[in-house]
Amino acid sequence: MNYLRTNIQEVETADELQKIINENENVMVCCGRMGPMCIPVYEIMEELEEEYENVKFYSMGFDNPESVVIRSAPECRGFMGLPFTMYYKNGQVAKATTSIQNMTQVKENLDNHLA
Amino acid sequence: MDKIFDVMILGAGAAGLTAGIYTSRGKLDTLILSEGVTGGQMVLTNEIANYPGVDTIKGYELSAIMKRQAKNFGCTMKANVKISKYRLSDEVKSVELEDGRMFRAKAVILTPGGRPRSLDIPGEKEFEGRGISYCATCDADFFRDKRLVVVGGGNSALEEAVTLTHFASHVTIVHQFEHFQAFAHAVEEAEKNPKISFIMESELRAYIGGEQLEKVMIENLKTGEMRELETDGVFVFIGYQPNTEAFNGLIEINERGEFPVDQAMKTNLPGVFAAGDCIAKRYRQVTTSVSDGTIAALSAIEYIRTGK
Repeated sequence: MNYLRTNIQEVETADELQKIINENENVMVCCGRMGPMCIPVYEIMEELEEEYENVKFYSMGFDNPESVVIRSAPECRGFMGLPFTMYYKNGQVAKATTSIQNMTQVKENLDNHLA
Repeated sequence: MDKIFDVMILGAGAAGLTAGIYTSRGKLDTLILSEGVTGGQMVLTNEIANYPGVDTIKGYELSAIMKRQAKNFGCTMKANVKISKYRLSDEVKSVELEDGRMFRAKAVILTPGGRPRSLDIPGEKEFEGRGISYCATCDADFFRDKRLVVVGGGNSALEEAVTLTHFASHVTIVHQFEHFQAFAHAVEEAEKNPKISFIMESELRAYIGGEQLEKVMIENLKTGEMRELETDGVFVFIGYQPNTEAFNGLIEINERGEFPVDQAMKTNLPGVFAAGDCIAKRYRQVTTSVSDGTIAALSAIEYIRTGK
């Protein structure tokens, strides 16, 4: 079931997410809702999909029970602002951010953690 | 020779998108450049219930429709770009992006919009998303049975404080003045809510905590007395400021950081118009931005056709 209405491909299950992380070196996942802090991050991801061909971009619904794997990740401890954005490299969490991020911040994370 | 657009619109909120719809439908070659997210403040509004002709609509949905309209009329759009240089006083206006790309046009419509005002106090960056929020709709459910502080005294602050009491165990409103600026009904709703208390004539001076926000430092503006207040979260609703800093020295800006414009949305520079939350005006609504954008576009069309 899709929870989001974005052009970013949505991950629906924890198993699917794990498979994506295992099979791709660099993955960015924005876990949120269709809210004002999340939409700007989705839009930035859409903009960057062509530029960062080495990164796979996905979204995941925060209200999807399966997203508990992100919500309860140790890297998200203390997060109290949507969206939770995860950067995975070689199957591991390389960076996690909370709340709205601008283009510069997202690019810095991609360049610094998923290069 | 680089291409010269007819109109270049700097900003893609309600005013910019509306202007783009009008100029491109008027067969002018139009470019919209946007440093931020398409839709601007409109996207930050969860539900819009006072847009005529529409019962209710999510802010991002209205934004998506406007964007689609502008594109369908032939508007070129580039979002999330960073502009480093402006030349607005020349006959042909130009901007340069950080990556070196240049864009030129016969007329420019400035619609850079505004952004939520922050307190700019110690701890702000550290605790954003870890206790500090600017969006109750987004983050309220992280604060179930928690103690909250709401900063501000306008309609947003008081209405959101009441909303937050559905989640929080207690909400303390901190406001810098003796009285609220909100409408009477909003003040009444907040004052009769047993889960809300008030600290008036006071301002936050620092956010304090470890991994998450734990307390705030508050100064009583009347006595100068400082006090600590334990809290799990702070929601800041102290209005918006225009995104006009990049235009300092290039064009007339008033003491509030707004572009003064006439009834035709003309600035002090020929061929440069402004619309939306960046201009000096009393009411900032999606509908007023749409109106400003319409007027600016029609004025730009007239300027290009007649030179006036």
